[in-house]
Amino acid sequence: MEITTRSFWTLIHGMGFGALYLLACSGALVELYRRYGPAAADALSARDDSFLRFYLVAMAALAWLTVFTGAYIVYPWYRAVPPGGTANLAAFPQRLLMARPSTVAWHSLGMEWKEHVAWLAPISITMAAAVVVQYGRDLKNHPPLRTGVLSFVWVSLLAAGVAGFWGAMINKNAPVEGGSTIHLVHGE
Amino acid sequence: MDGGIPQKANPENTGGVNARLPNGPGAAAVLAAGVGSFAVGLFAVAADKSAAMKGWMIFSKPTGPLSGVTTSAIVVWLIAWILLHARWRGKTVALRPVNMAALLLLALGLLLTFPLFADLL
Repeated sequence: MEITTRSFWTLIHGMGFGALYLLACSGALVELYRRYGPAAADALSARDDSFLRFYLVAMAALAWLTVFTGAYIVYPWYRAVPPGGTANLAAFPQRLLMARPSTVAWHSLGMEWKEHVAWLAPISITMAAAVVVQYGRDLKNHPPLRTGVLSFVWVSLLAAGVAGFWGAMINKNAPVEGGSTIHLVHGE
Repeated sequence: MDGGIPQKANPENTGGVNARLPNGPGAAAVLAAGVGSFAVGLFAVAADKSAAMKGWMIFSKPTGPLSGVTTSAIVVWLIAWILLHARWRGKTVALRPVNMAALLLLALGLLLTFPLFADLL
């Protein structure tokens, strides 16, 4: 069983950082509603507070890792331009998608949307983390601020979901492959 | 408040009466996130529509214009955050108009990143 380095980094970007971020988003939304909503218990423990602060800061780190590995490690392989006369476009996913009318929209709609909308996630969740770090339990006393933070966390979930969906579908239609081979398990 | 948005005495609008911290720094973070999100969409459309802008946005050749679009948006977001924070630090501001402005900017940012909408411009 083996995997190429490009495929490995695509996995790290999408399944490692991106999917973990998406999973964490639902947890963050539940906790923000539970702790700071109108019906939340008055006495949240300091430990509870510290946990959510750590959780959101970790989410922000995950979001930034996702977009930076995507833009600066995986995306250059995706958009690589083949030398003139190259017949086999398997190592050039963007060109492979653009070569056929049946697949061109995976790039022109999917990748064009994904590569930009994904950046709304780290911006939104960094703001949410900063506000929760600064206000902690006092956020319960600022209903409009809580509404603003929750709205941005919802949009960060949406943005990450859009990016994740298109990323998975694009990689299914034109996988980012190549580079050296990593042997995971040797067959018998 | 001297941040340009009129302050209202209603605690529902500014924060609860029990709030220990002023809402200014939080408001600055929320509005700056809206500005940053809008900047992503704006720079993306600008790089798509203008060949010159597309060229300027290539900060990293392997990544192409995406590198400049996103780096510029991050810079705009952080500058907006620093400026708004400096202006509203220690103050209580009317958060509803701040939220509305931030969410409008966020919605515009989302819309501008959608290629089918951007193609209409």
